[in-house]
Amino acid sequence: MVSLSINGMLVKVPKGTTVLDAAKKQNFRIPTLCHHDDLCVAGNCRVCVVEQLGGKALLAACATPVSEGMQILTNSLKVRSARKHVIELLLSEHNADCTKCYKNGMCELQNLSNEFCVGDHLFLELIDLKNYTIDRFSPSIQKDDSKCIRCQRCVRTCEELQGVNALTVAHKGENQKISTFEDLSMAEVICTNCGQCINRCPTGALVERTYLDEVWDAILDPKKHVVVQTAPAVRVGLGEELGFEPGSRVTGKMVSALKRLGFDSVLDTDFSADLTIMEEGTELLTRLKKALVDKDPTVALPMTTSCSPGWIKFIEHSFPEYLPNVSTCKSPQQMFGALAKTYYSQVRKLEPKDVVSVSIMPCTAKKYEANRPEMRSSGYKDVDYVLTTRELARMIKQAGIDFNKLKEDKYDSLMGVSTGAGVIFGATGGVMEAALRTAYEIITGREVPFENLNITAVRGMEGVRVASVQIEECKEEWSFLNGVELKCAVAHGLVNARKLMNAVKSGELEVHFIEVMACPGGCLGGGGQPIPTNEKIRKKRTEAIYAEDMSMKIRKSHENPEIIRIYKEFLGEPLGHKSHELLHTHYTKRVRY
Amino acid sequence: MEHKHVKRVDLIFEKVECREILEKIVKMEPDAICQEVLESDLKGRGGAGFPTGMKWRFAANETGSIKYIVCNADEGEPGTFKDREILDQVPGKVFCGMAIASRAVGAKKGYVYLRGEYKFLIPRLNEELIKFHQMMDEFNHNFRIQIRLGSGAYICGEESALFESIEGRRGEPRNKPPYPTSIGLFGKPTAINNVETLVHAVVIIKYGASHFKELGTKDSRGSKVFSVSGDTPKSGIFELELGMSVNEFVEEFGDGDTKAVQVGGASGFCVPRKRFEETIIGFEGVPTGGSMKLFNSTRSMYNVLHNYLDFFTEESCGQCTPCRVGCQQLLKGVEAVKRGDKNSKYLDELVKLAKTMKRASKCGLGQSVGNAFGSIVENFKEEIIY
Ligand SMILES: Cc1cc2nc3c(=O)[nH]c(=O)nc-3n(C[C@H](O)[C@H](O)[C@H](O)COP(=O)(O)O)c2cc1C
Ligand code: SF4
Repeated sequence: MVSLSINGMLVKVPKGTTVLDAAKKQNFRIPTLCHHDDLCVAGNCRVCVVEQLGGKALLAACATPVSEGMQILTNSLKVRSARKHVIELLLSEHNADCTKCYKNGMCELQNLSNEFCVGDHLFLELIDLKNYTIDRFSPSIQKDDSKCIRCQRCVRTCEELQGVNALTVAHKGENQKISTFEDLSMAEVICTNCGQCINRCPTGALVERTYLDEVWDAILDPKKHVVVQTAPAVRVGLGEELGFEPGSRVTGKMVSALKRLGFDSVLDTDFSADLTIMEEGTELLTRLKKALVDKDPTVALPMTTSCSPGWIKFIEHSFPEYLPNVSTCKSPQQMFGALAKTYYSQVRKLEPKDVVSVSIMPCTAKKYEANRPEMRSSGYKDVDYVLTTRELARMIKQAGIDFNKLKEDKYDSLMGVSTGAGVIFGATGGVMEAALRTAYEIITGREVPFENLNITAVRGMEGVRVASVQIEECKEEWSFLNGVELKCAVAHGLVNARKLMNAVKSGELEVHFIEVMACPGGCLGGGGQPIPTNEKIRKKRTEAIYAEDMSMKIRKSHENPEIIRIYKEFLGEPLGHKSHELLHTHYTKRVRY
Repeated sequence: MEHKHVKRVDLIFEKVECREILEKIVKMEPDAICQEVLESDLKGRGGAGFPTGMKWRFAANETGSIKYIVCNADEGEPGTFKDREILDQVPGKVFCGMAIASRAVGAKKGYVYLRGEYKFLIPRLNEELIKFHQMMDEFNHNFRIQIRLGSGAYICGEESALFESIEGRRGEPRNKPPYPTSIGLFGKPTAINNVETLVHAVVIIKYGASHFKELGTKDSRGSKVFSVSGDTPKSGIFELELGMSVNEFVEEFGDGDTKAVQVGGASGFCVPRKRFEETIIGFEGVPTGGSMKLFNSTRSMYNVLHNYLDFFTEESCGQCTPCRVGCQQLLKGVEAVKRGDKNSKYLDELVKLAKTMKRASKCGLGQSVGNAFGSIVENFKEEIIY
């Protein structure tokens, strides 16, 4: 333990603790901008400077480990003057047109500026807006350099958490900026649209492309029938934007709010998650059969999941040779969209052209996915607009809905019934767990041999997890799997996906089935989820997801009555002709530069 | 205060049989080498003036089998051109200095980080390196040197940015601590020294610490190679004993009309005529990495300052706020005062800002912008305003 004093108060902390954390322990918050719990220390914004008695220079609290006997002042004259200068300097190169900014009221620089009452405009205005254009080419991410404070949180996110390196620092001195390869737009580079950078941008430099107005217009158009689907992770995140603690489950309130917003039908992506399990599980078993029984050497194994559009774009750029391994299943969002304008419209006797399909996603990559040219198998754009969890919260605020006081409501029917298996799609390992619950039962006729159906081996926050299930006493038609140890691997965060794929490539890891979710923690940590994010918050959301699963009456996809019905009335069988037409897709090899 | 007159010295460029030095050091205990250098009071010649013996001992005391010696030959400080001459004249001595350091620290690998513009030196250095490596084999001393070229960024002379650059990343300074002697190049303990520092180590091993200490003052031992430029009839490279006053220097090198001397380049201090007498060139007064630039009465100190600020505005790596934005504010600020858009009081705000930059910047670059700014604004306020 190391003892030191913070503003004259003694504190003992473990060796290696930063001055920032030591001060926190004494209930002194030191302001920060470039610091983020999920990222390595940068120490570049210098907002967190503190004074060490006897020292000449000020220290960056986030980057300085404590030492014995240190005497730290966090609010001395020198500190206050330097801190104010730093904030003034940042504002002088910042497009501080706050009232017109998407992040108005949610901006860390704005908060600091308020706290320190800067506004004296001590220095000259350096920014010339003529030199900036907003990059709005990507359907997911909007980048506005005029708002950038060069904290490099996005760069570190893209490198450390995602291993993508789409964002990088370019040039030096006054010209230093956060840029892309050759300064191309975000739409033209290896960006996966995961939006993790947005989650960590302290200002309005990186935000989602918003489609709020389009959705409002559709809702308010009497000729349109607007259906909305909500992804599993939204229900455990939305509350944070509306005054609830992280980990609050607000499913019922959310459904109620959506109805009040005027959506004609409030449905659940969890339904199509269950459908994904049916299709993907069958696909896996088919591939296994081809490999083990037919000894077909062309079968691509391990098979990987395809629900995460960030992962899809990543593999298209970085491991195109593995595209045959990716399940051909569309993501639950896109399956839902294709069915909304076919099956749903048919049953509800609607003209597909009058149906507008909206999805609420924890994700920004879903916006890109919905815009892919492949995603029009209904003959229309399967999903018209994708809103993030954050955008939904904004809609609720715009409509003046008192969310807190809402009564819980239930999803509408036809594509609104779901299971616990669908819900856990929102957490890393969830697709794997849901698939195993169903596949094991299809093969053996028995439930998975885990207490309460909870396959804890695939859960958790470890970047890459490997687990296996021993298959025995199969049903007649699956007897070829007798004695097979079904091996699975799970990765979340693309940097871990890369590790996993490299291990597969080198032969170091041999598995049958791989689940990848592009974002840390899975969808619940997605790029469209409430800000801030950190591991603690993500763990809270994870607990909420599993609690939601436990609370469901049905917890296996194949037991979902609406799933049984849709196969009977519309699809026929998994991987059948209709499925192929509507629920499956293909991928595109992309270059890295 | 001991005053010295300008005295020329010939130790750095003296031709030395490196073989003799190597013979000597392979027989010496590593700690004895550290001790000898420590006793000489040799301070780094790259600008910061850290005691070299201490640096080596810190690195030597680190456990772990991989350590590095780095020779900082980036020589980016405006007005400094002495390392080029040293590398050109006595490259063997530089390598020899690195070998001494390697023995002292326990490093098997060394890098010379050469300023990109000095590419023309490479054939000559490679030729010398072959001989050097042969000698290493002869003495059974396991040490190899590799040359790496910079790409023209001033910041890559800063030690941790230099490591980043060698490692293949963007040259941005790291947080300190940890210091290079514990976590340096490729995360390993590293002793990094200026070209000239390493040659002084050769001198010390050859003649002994006590001989080295005969020159200079208590705080600034030995001699120093100066790069003299500006309004002088005698520009060039001179090895001089440390401890002279600016006045003595100007008497030797001035053109009779010197109004100011910029000691230590853009990151150094401007000494006005009225301070010549009292200012010692050395660690007790104004330290210098070698650059001595003389200005006579025909020079506009506004232009001089503008030039330095322009330099820093471009050469800041840009990662930390006080330096990246501060430099621009100082530059645009003096322009605004000159134009009359801001009144002279604004200069006081800028001086305060320069103080913040000194205290709050991440690395030596941002921390030293205030040196030139403060000293020029303080002493030549009229020239800045009118
Ligand atoms: C911006 C900046 C540029 C520097 N450039 C050089 C350089 O070109 N050459 C050099 O030897 N030291 C340079 N230094 C100092 C080095 O960081 C380091 O202190 C020095 O190489 C240590 O060697 P020494 O102890 O032998 O002086 C620079 C420092 C800063 C902050
Ligand atoms: S002080 Fe300047 S050069 Fe040094 S880290 Fe900060 S921005 Fe970069």
